[in-house]
Parts: sequence; structure tokens; C-alpha cells
Amino acid sequence: MTSNLMTSHEAYTNEHGKLSPFHERQAERNVRGAWAEWNGYKFAEYYYDAQYEYFCVRNQCGTYDISPMQKYMIEGEQALAMLNRMVTRDLAKCKVGRAMYTVWCTEEGRLIDDGAVFRLADDKYMLTCGAPMIAWLRRAKLGFTNVTVTDVTDDIAALSIQGPTSYSVLRTLNLTGDDALETLKLFDVREFTFNGKPITVSRTGFTGDLGYELWVDPAHAIELWDAIYAQQDNYGVHPYGEAATDMLRIEAGFIMPFVDFNEAHKTIHFRHDHSPLELNLDWLVNFKKPMFNGKKALLEEAKTGPEYRLVKLDIEGNKPAEEAWLYADKNCTKEIGYVTSAMWSPVAKANIALAMVKPDALKGDIYAEIYYTQELRQKMKVAKCELKDKPFWAPERARAVPPFQY
Amino acid sequence: MFDSIIIGGGHNGLVCATYLAKAGQKVVLLEAGDQVGGLAKKREFAQGFNAPVANYVQHFSDQVVKDLGLSKYGYANQGADSPLIAVGSDGQSISVLGDDLEGASDSDQAAYKTLRRSLKKYAKALNSSWNTAIPKVGDNSLREIGVFAKMGLNIRLMGKEDMQEFLRVFSLPMRDLMDENFESPLLKAALSWDGLQGARLAPRSPNSAVLALLLKMSSSTEGGVSLGSSQLISALTQAAIDAGVTIKTNTRVEQVLVSADESTVVATGVKLTDGEHINARRVVSGVDPKSTFMKLVPADYQEIEFIGRIDRFRSKGLVGKLNIALKSTPKFSADVADNGRLILADKMDDIEFAFDDTKYDLPSEHPVLEVTIPSSVDSNVAPAGKALLQANVMYLPQHIEGGWSEQAKLAYVQKLIAVLEKYAPGIGELVEAAELLTPDDLEKEYGVTGGHWHHGEFAADQILMMRPTYGAAQYNSPIENLHLCSAGCHPGGGLMGAAGRNAAKEILR
Amino acid sequence: MKQYDAIIIGAGHNGLTNAAYLAKAGLDVLVLEKNDYIGGAAVTRELEQGFKYSNCSYVCSMMRQAIHRDLDLARHGLVLVPYLGTVNFGDQLNDVLVDYPNESAGYNEWRRRNPHDADSRHRFETDLARYAQLIRKTLLRTPPDPTSFKPRDIHELLWLGKTFFSIGEKQLYEYIRFFTMSATEFLEEYFDDPLIKAAMASPGIIGTALGVDSPGSAYILLHHVMGDVDGNIGAWGLARGGMGAISNALMSAAKSHGAEVRTNSGVAQVLVENGKAAGVVLENGDELRSKIVVSNLDAKRTFTKIVDRKDIPERIFKQASNFKIRGSSGKVNIALSGLPKFIGVPDNRYINRGGQGFCGSLKTMEKAYDCWKRGTWSDDPFIESVIPSVWDPTVAPPGQHWMSNFIQYCPHELADGPWTPEKRDAFADSVINKIERYSPGFKDLIIHAEVRTPFEIENEVGLTEGNIFQGELTIDQLLFNRPFPGYSQYRMPVKNMYMCGSSTHPGGGVSSACGANAAREILMDLKKANTVPEDDFYDE
Repeated sequence: MTSNLMTSHEAYTNEHGKLSPFHERQAERNVRGAWAEWNGYKFAEYYYDAQYEYFCVRNQCGTYDISPMQKYMIEGEQALAMLNRMVTRDLAKCKVGRAMYTVWCTEEGRLIDDGAVFRLADDKYMLTCGAPMIAWLRRAKLGFTNVTVTDVTDDIAALSIQGPTSYSVLRTLNLTGDDALETLKLFDVREFTFNGKPITVSRTGFTGDLGYELWVDPAHAIELWDAIYAQQDNYGVHPYGEAATDMLRIEAGFIMPFVDFNEAHKTIHFRHDHSPLELNLDWLVNFKKPMFNGKKALLEEAKTGPEYRLVKLDIEGNKPAEEAWLYADKNCTKEIGYVTSAMWSPVAKANIALAMVKPDALKGDIYAEIYYTQELRQKMKVAKCELKDKPFWAPERARAVPPFQY
Repeated sequence: MFDSIIIGGGHNGLVCATYLAKAGQKVVLLEAGDQVGGLAKKREFAQGFNAPVANYVQHFSDQVVKDLGLSKYGYANQGADSPLIAVGSDGQSISVLGDDLEGASDSDQAAYKTLRRSLKKYAKALNSSWNTAIPKVGDNSLREIGVFAKMGLNIRLMGKEDMQEFLRVFSLPMRDLMDENFESPLLKAALSWDGLQGARLAPRSPNSAVLALLLKMSSSTEGGVSLGSSQLISALTQAAIDAGVTIKTNTRVEQVLVSADESTVVATGVKLTDGEHINARRVVSGVDPKSTFMKLVPADYQEIEFIGRIDRFRSKGLVGKLNIALKSTPKFSADVADNGRLILADKMDDIEFAFDDTKYDLPSEHPVLEVTIPSSVDSNVAPAGKALLQANVMYLPQHIEGGWSEQAKLAYVQKLIAVLEKYAPGIGELVEAAELLTPDDLEKEYGVTGGHWHHGEFAADQILMMRPTYGAAQYNSPIENLHLCSAGCHPGGGLMGAAGRNAAKEILR
Repeated sequence: MKQYDAIIIGAGHNGLTNAAYLAKAGLDVLVLEKNDYIGGAAVTRELEQGFKYSNCSYVCSMMRQAIHRDLDLARHGLVLVPYLGTVNFGDQLNDVLVDYPNESAGYNEWRRRNPHDADSRHRFETDLARYAQLIRKTLLRTPPDPTSFKPRDIHELLWLGKTFFSIGEKQLYEYIRFFTMSATEFLEEYFDDPLIKAAMASPGIIGTALGVDSPGSAYILLHHVMGDVDGNIGAWGLARGGMGAISNALMSAAKSHGAEVRTNSGVAQVLVENGKAAGVVLENGDELRSKIVVSNLDAKRTFTKIVDRKDIPERIFKQASNFKIRGSSGKVNIALSGLPKFIGVPDNRYINRGGQGFCGSLKTMEKAYDCWKRGTWSDDPFIESVIPSVWDPTVAPPGQHWMSNFIQYCPHELADGPWTPEKRDAFADSVINKIERYSPGFKDLIIHAEVRTPFEIENEVGLTEGNIFQGELTIDQLLFNRPFPGYSQYRMPVKNMYMCGSSTHPGGGVSSACGANAAREILMDLKKANTVPEDDFYDE
């Protein structure tokens, strides 16, 4: 009896990360063996060099494995009602074949997470987000009987292809469908056929540049990868990892959980989480909607004004203001906020940051107290900051229809 | 256009409606069944036998009696007249009425007097807390500070030692409270009963039983019982009608109508099952919170955490009702008063072990019973010469392995009659008809979720500003103009009327 | 005759902590221990040559690091190692849940069983951490007396109020629920998987007279996860050299400050003269005098055994007699000739270093409780095991091991009469047979076994009824109610007499907090400078 039981070790494979459908190919290219983990998946921090990968995306194109991203199908007559109660935007306005970026909050109006909702059919939506959400979706379903929520994370392989030549690469795949690939606008979602197999293409991404996300059956993942990488010499495709993504998204002004905001359900201390108003995501909050979770609290907050505002800063000098405190004066006596993300932007040639600043301080001067090391010596400088309205990187090509073809 | 619609004609609905009407409101009360009274309404389970589920009155609010002038309609809290009688399977009995104890040892007599004095003191200190809405905490409003300061002061005014003792005793399990005070296992079992009945509690369960006991001691009857709830319901009904309340029976509400704009979500009326819409300035739900928010209010308008909290509101009923039509009044081996409330449990462990079965979704293998003979005090409840026996049976889960089939119920009735036979030999011969109402029956026939008498556990975490849950604990709800007035609100259940009164006061405030 | 400044009755870890802090303040301190070894329930005993059992408490997580550091316990030989990676066993053989310390591996392991639960765990742990950090802040503080109008009490009450309100209105309500709910109810709001629920519930019943279904068991769960090792909340630590290493280090620290420790010196009575404690009479008749007397014994033992009834108010005698201190735990300590293998658990260098939780399901655990209520033990008990020798080379010969098995439940008194050696063996068999089911061949590895029911724990260690917390952790015996209302500030009804054991706030667990808190109060009364440090907790 014991011998066969003793050999059943399903549980213990979990010490190693789960492998993405693209893993085999990615492992070949991960020459530095730099692996991180995302939702239990083994996942590249970088493949060769973060800066190198960053420039590939900004200049040609790169692929980013988003298979570990959590994906849920929400289907049924009440799918819209359920999702609309949950998220802050009005999904009734999202037509079939469109996607929407949105956030969802607790009843206190604090951000649980952000993500994208794809409307695949009248009564069928796909929600994607960075962290597991099934427990919240189950709670969000309470009171609705005609809706099902299915976790399809492991059933869909997803690859993001981003950068100016991404469209040119995709063209070579000879995707066939009702609409031509070139007609896809930002946040459009379409079904195509690739080598006779279904593929969903959305014009979405996390880099602020031209790009697409491809959704296929995991069984076809390698085939898709190989077809894309057949174009490597023509269009310069290169895989990029978490480190390059972080650079790309800061330039685009996108927020990251546990960096720019704390997910409400993972926040221990009272009010250490954030509201969408604090994160300057007012445009996502549709107060005209009769009801959504957190509306009451957000209405209240909108009246009194949020405690902080997330802003984009252009900071004097070239020392990234990582973890810097912000002050209203050069002598650093009146503290007004703190930096959440900071980097030197290679495309903008600017020292950029996302920061939380008290709203009443936004009219005045902002100084960052930046600590950095120079050959192990601790240094500090106080740098003047300038508020920016627009993302640091938002090229025309990101929205152009049809996209430029190389 | 009505000022208020009251959903459900339970006693709290009646009380609330009458207060509102007396204050000049135009009120309509909608009852799904053919008569009002909720769990205390008439129930003719056999020809000529009237056996309401809630058949005795223990702590009906004195304030409500006074405010609504119920004495005019033939009802008064005349004081307890039904002794609590501990009956042993060996024929021994101890009778408890008010401060008096008969049939117990001297030391138990003395201990009872001492404990009773303390409990009455605690009950008095808590009394004002039951008769008011408990504000939410943390916003430091004057009202909040006022209510809590009064609560604290009442407790402090008991004196240092009593306060210390209260802060220790309030969370004790019945078993410890009894063991600390008494010798007789039989007496302990009977005295622990009122702390446990109607809740998911056994003698060893801490935290809530003493509070439940103190709640039941809140009216002038000080925990005593008088049989017969019908007078109360008819008085309440008459008072409501005289105050101008329109009572519509056979009128089932399907949905609370809600409208929403940019800034608010408002209740505007109700839709009946026949499709009719009735509009009103406000809707007051006298049905349990779970039915209200899970069935009547559309989910689209409710916040996720809120509906989740309603969903988790613990409301698993565990008490069954046994009604038996008897050819004549039964004779018990023990010497017991006819109008007594007999507790058939030899010791606390009998109750404890009866409870254990329910943890595994089984009805008690050896159930414990509280037996009354209402026909001994009210000739109207049974045909002349015949007798009605009603018993509360602990513990019966709503859902059991295999379900409560008719067969399962019949078998269980036989088991219960066999138990009674031990105490009243020959009773089996007298049975003309018998019915068992499980919590599942109560849910189906009376609409109370989980078949729970009190709409939800009276537990330390489900009282005060947490009943039924925060966000709806001040007799209001997240939906404007939708109010609650049922036993699912503070201070909870039993035929008490305080929830209905507190709700009306809040609405009128 | 010599007069000591303070005599401490009982050399348990709290008594030694108390002695260390009093001695550090310059007091002339004597600690009296009835056994021929010190440590109380934090001991290392070599009952079989080469095997050093922590035969009572076996892990620690509540040890206040501020005390560890302040008394320089590392220099006195103490090393605490967090152990992680416990394997939990379900009712079915081969049904296992590994508690991986690595977050990603842990997530995958939970997701393998139940994706919903794997996600829900994030919120669960956040909620738990939120409540735990509140309680943790009270550990090294003296509870206020809510009936008092003294500035200090009012100040402390306000601090408590402020601390609790700081979590926000909603969380405050959620927190209140925590005190009154059952572990089952609490866990069912988060989890579906039977084994996950059972594994998470197990801290809720350790040492208690409650079942997983009993209201109030959620708090016990919290009590057991609020500790930390180096900031790993909920982690448990093994003491290198066994739990006795903690007591030895504390004794060494106390001695370095001048305290005296005497073993084989059981106290028969506390001397009370003119209403004031004046010393003690030993069991051998010797009289020792001191200015103050501190009892490290439990409240019931103190006031019903070693203090004369006429020296205390009758009310206190009654409360001491009624003090709830039911024993419910047993231990089987086993020396093994090799490392046991478990069904479904491969040779794995990581997880074999963790503990074993034989929890089965909530139903199995509750049924075991039902047995205890009926004065017997379950033949399918809940067992929490750990094999310290995989971490610690000092406690067993190379290649051999000892396994600590903690059993919930085991009654203090049996329904069918007193404990006998035969019954004790039958109880041990129920434990060993259960382990054998999950580890075929286990019995063949056994070199020696020591069985401890509450009866042995009471008789050897001195814990009344064998209760491991020196008194149950229910609301009526927590904070300002511990041990008795009005006496929660370590001062006892006899003048110059104090208590410093786990019967006082914050209760059981090898935390040293009770002893330190008592020392702070004593020094205040003696108008000496405080030597007790403030707590230093990780504020995650």
C-alpha cells in the first residue's frame, strides 16, 4: 500500500514555480537565469539586460509573457450587472469587441486592484488583473444568481507584443478574421485565426506605446512564439522581463500595486491603502452610475478632497528620486509627500517620478530630498520638482489607426 | 401615497406601524399570510387546537405596553405566573418563580437569591441599552458619546465590586455560571435554559448566554413567563387598527422598489407579487434582515461587503416545536403545577450532548425539552375537556443528513413522545394529533431565514451596533428610506417589541 | 535571620524573568523551586540517554524579543530558530497540505487544493495581522482597572481605546467579532477546503477547553499567531538545546544580576503577618523571610494551596476555587532510532524540517473535543508534532531523533475513575497508532516514549489540572479580568504579595511578559527605577 502512496508527489512540485506555456522558449533566451515569480509562475526578471530590453521595446518591439496574469470569464444574464456593481466605470458603455481599463474598490472606496475588462460577447466578459481576484469575485457575485465566474488563468496563454514594430510583426502572422488587424483601435478586441487556430488580439498593453496582447490556447503557445520570433531579424523582436516593464510603465504613467498603491485587502494599517481619487484616477470613477462599490465613500471623499494626489514629477538633476520625501521648501522643513516610483527616463532624457503629494501643496514649490550613493558614500541632494500633466512617453503612434508599417 | 409601508405583520411590524401611525403617519402594513402575528399568530394544527409557535410571553417591553395603551385592549404585563420547573427523570422537581425556589437544598436556595440579586442588578443596568438605538462608534458624535456614556455610567453605578463581577460574568458560559453557584445538577440544567434556548449555544459555549439571559430579564416580569401570546397579538392588532394603520393580509411583497441617481439610492415603495406597485415615503421591513436584503432589495443597489455581512449574519435555527393535541390533561410523575414551564433535562451535560449531534447535522439523539400545557390557563386553545401540550425541542438543525422527510419527522415525533412518556407515563395513549415544526418548517411557513426565532443569533458580536450588521444597525440601511424594525435588529428577539419601538423612534427622530 | 527583598515561588520562565528584573534593580532575590530542576514548563529533560526532550512546552513564538535582548539571553546561551514548513495531514492518507515558508510555493500549494482559498488567504492573513498587532501591543503593558479613577488607569484605558479605534470603525466591529466567534465560523468566511480549514483552525484549540465550534475559539487562534520570530508573524521558534535553554538563559541572567535560585525547595505556605506577606515556609519546615513574596504558581494553586484561607478575603478564595483552569492537552515525547517517513511526503530536505500537523478535519477535531467533554480521549486525536532534532544537533545522537507530540484533547479526570498507568498507556497508544497510520513503520523506530496527561503535568510541573496556560483564555479571564477582576495588576489581596505567572495578563505561552510586567509593578511599589524594557515589536 505504502509504496505507491509514497511516490505521489504532486504537492511537492510547488517548490519550483509553475511554468508558463511559453517557458520552454523563454528559458532558452534567459541567458542570465534571472527568474522572478508572479502568481506562482516562474517568470523572467530580465533575459539579458534590462536596459537593453527596454530599448528593444521603445525602438523595435518586445514580447512580455502575461500568462501569469489572472484571467476570469464572467458570463450570464447578470454578468454586466455584477461587474457594474463591482467596478467604478460604467461597463454598459463597453461595446462587444472593446476593452476597458478600470479599478474596483472596497465599500470604503479603497482600491482593491486595477485591471482590464474585455467584452467578448453580450453576456460574456473577461477580467484580467495582476493578482488573484477569485475570492473577491465570489463575494462580488453575492446576490446575483444568473452569472458564473470561471478562473481561466491556466487555460489561456497570453503574450504581449509591444513597441513600434509590433504591428509589422503581427502582419506577418497572416491573421484572418472579420476585421483587418490594421483597423484595431486602442482597446479594441478581435477574434482571428492563426494557422487555422483561434487567437484573440487586443490592442492593449502596459508600455504606453503601440502594442497588442495575444490570447491563445496554451497548446498553440509555442507555435505562436516561433512565428513571432521568425521575424526577429526583420523587426528586432526580443523578450523583455519585469525590470524593463517597470521602466516602460513609469514613463507611461501607469501605476503598480505595492509600489504606487497598496491593495486594500492586503493592507494592515488603517488608511495605508488608497482611493482612486488619491491615485488621480478620477476619470475612471463614474459617479453618474446609480451604484458601484465604494460610491458612497468616494462621493464623500470627492467633497472633502483626497488626502493625497498621485502626480507625475520632472525632477531636476539626474539622480533618481527613489523613496524620496517631498517638501514644500528647499530646507526640507514642510513635508508634503513622498515618491512612489522614480527613474531616469532614457527616452525623455528626464529624471522622472510618480509621487503622492498633499493636494494643497500642489500649487506651491515641490522639492525632493534624494539620497543616493557614490562609490559607497552616502550623498543627499535637494532637487526642485516640476509637475507634469502628460505621461513622459505618449507617442502618436500608440494610437494611430492604421498603425505605421515598417 | 403612504408615509410608511411596513413589510410583515410580525409583532415588531405591528408595534412599529402603530407608533408611526400614532405620530400622524399614514401607514400600511403588508402581510403575506392570512393573519398578522408572525411566529405568535394563531395556528390550528388540529381541529379546535390553537398552537402558536411563540406561545408564551417573557419580556415584552413595558414601555410599549404603556405607549400603545395595550391595557385598553386587554393586555398587561401582569407579571410572571408560569413557574419554571426543573423535572428530573427520577420524578424529582424544583420549581422557580420569581425570587422563590421550591424543592432545592438550602445552599442552592441561598445561592439562587444571591445570583438572582446580581443578575437583576445587571439586567437593570443594561435595560436602557435595549430601549434605544445604539449609534455607530468612532465618529465622536454627541449622540454616540451620550448613549455610550449612559451605558458605561449605568454599569459603573452598580458599584465597584458588582461592576467587576459583571465584566467577568457577562461572557461566562452557562455551565460555569451554574457550577460557580449551585449544587443540584437538575436545577443547573433548568436555570441555564433561558440563556441557551433559541440560540446556537450549549452550556459550555461562552460569550453570549448570560447576555441572552439578561435580555430576557429586561421587562417587569424579570425573566418570568406567562403563557398565552394570543392576547398580546390581538391587543397589538387592535391598537394598530385604532391608530389608523391599514392592514392588508394576503399581500406578499416581491421587491422593494429602489431608484438611484448620482448621489443617492432611495427606496420608493414596493412591488407586490401580483404586480401592483405601492409607493411610499419610506419602506420599513419587519421581515428578517436576510430576507430583506437577499430577496427583496435588488442586488445591483447594494454594496458588496454589506450584502456579504448580511449573508454571514448567523441565523441557523436549532429549536423545534412540538404540538400535541391530547384527549385530556396529562399527569406527570413529578408534582408539577399545570401552568408550569417544565424543563426536561437532568443535568447540563444532557443539554450539551444533545447539542453535540447538531454539529454534525444530526437532530439530537437525546433531545431536551421545555414543555407547557397552554390549555391549563386558556380554555380557548383546546376543545373543552381536551388539552394542548406544546414543547420547544432542542436541538434540531434546519438541514439534516437525508433531509427532513415526513417519515423522518414522524419518527422524531415518536421519539419525543417516548421522552414525554418517561415523565408522564400514559401520555402516549392520550395523543390525538401531533406535529413537529423543524426550523425548516418555520422558514417555509413563517418566512424566517434559517427558521431562527430571533431572525439571527443573539450573540455578543451580533448585538448593539452590530445587529444585524454595521451599516444597518440603527434601524436604517445603506438604502435611503429603507428601514428595518424586526428582531434582526437590536435588541433582538423574543416577543419583546423593542426593535419595533426603537425603529419607529429612529424614523420619527 | 536573613531577610530577602523578594522571594519568588517557582522557577518557571516567568518567575526567572521576574527575578532577573528585580535583581537587576538591585534587589536581593531568592527563587524557590520544588523540583530538582528549574524551568517549570520550559524544560529540557534527558529521560533517555542522549535524547533531550522539551517535555512540556516545545516551541515558542511569544518570547518578547525586547526581553531576549535586554537580558542579553544570547550571551546566556539562548538561540531561537524559526521552524517552518509544517506538513498537515487530512483525514485521508496521502492528503497533505504543506505550509511552505516561501510565499510563491505556498500560494501554489494552496492553489493546488483550492484556487479560491489560495487567494482568500491574502485577506485572511492581512486581517489576522491587523488584529494580532493590536493585541501584541498590550503584551508588555499592565492592564488598566476599568473601575478605577486613578490617573494611571484612566490614562491606560484611554490608550487602549485610542489604539483600538485607530483601526477604523469597520475594523473595530470586525475585531469584536473575533473575540466571540468560533474558529469554524471565522474560517468559513475565508476558506472552503476541509484540510486548509482544519490546519488553520488548529491554533484555535491548543490548550483550551473549547472546540473549533465553540464561540471564543477564534481568539485563541489569534493568541497563537500573534507571536513572531524576527518579525515573521505567526512563526514558531525552536530553542537550541530544547525549551530548557530559555529557562537556563533566564536563570543565568538572573544570577548574573545577583539572584539566588534554590531547587528542591517546595513552598508549603506563604507567611502572612499583620495582613502582609513576610516570607514563606518550605515543605521541610524551614522559614524564609522576605519583604515581598511573588508567586509564579497559577492563581488557583496560589490561593487555595499555599495561602491560608483566613489571610485572604473569602471572595478571593471563592474566585480562586472557581478559576477556570481545565487541562485539556497531553504530550507524548518519543525517542526514535531514525527519521520517520510519512505517506505522501517524499524525502525532501526542506519540508522534512518542518512540523507535522495531524489535524484531519474540523469534524475530527470537534469529535475529539466531544470525547474530552465526556471524560475520555479520542482514538483519532489532533496531534501537533515536531522533530526538533532535525534542526538541533544537541538534542539527539547523530542519525537519531526525538519527536514531540502535543495532543488535543486529553482530560484531567476520566469519566471512569482516576488515571492509571494502563490508561495512560492506552492514551499513548491512540496517539502512536494514529501516527503509525500516516507513517507505516513508525512504531519500529521507537526507542523510548514518555507520556504526559494533564495528571502528570499537574503533579510534576505544578500546573493545576494540567492547564498549559495557567488558566483558560476566555474573555472572563483576560486582560483586566486575569486572574481576578480587581487584581489584574499583579498585586494580590495580601499586601506585599504579587503574582507573576501565566495566570496573569497576558496569559500563557513562553513570553516572559507576565514576569516582566509583574517586576515593573513591584519596582513601582518599591519606588525603584524601572528595569523592564518597553516592548519592541515589528510594526509591519
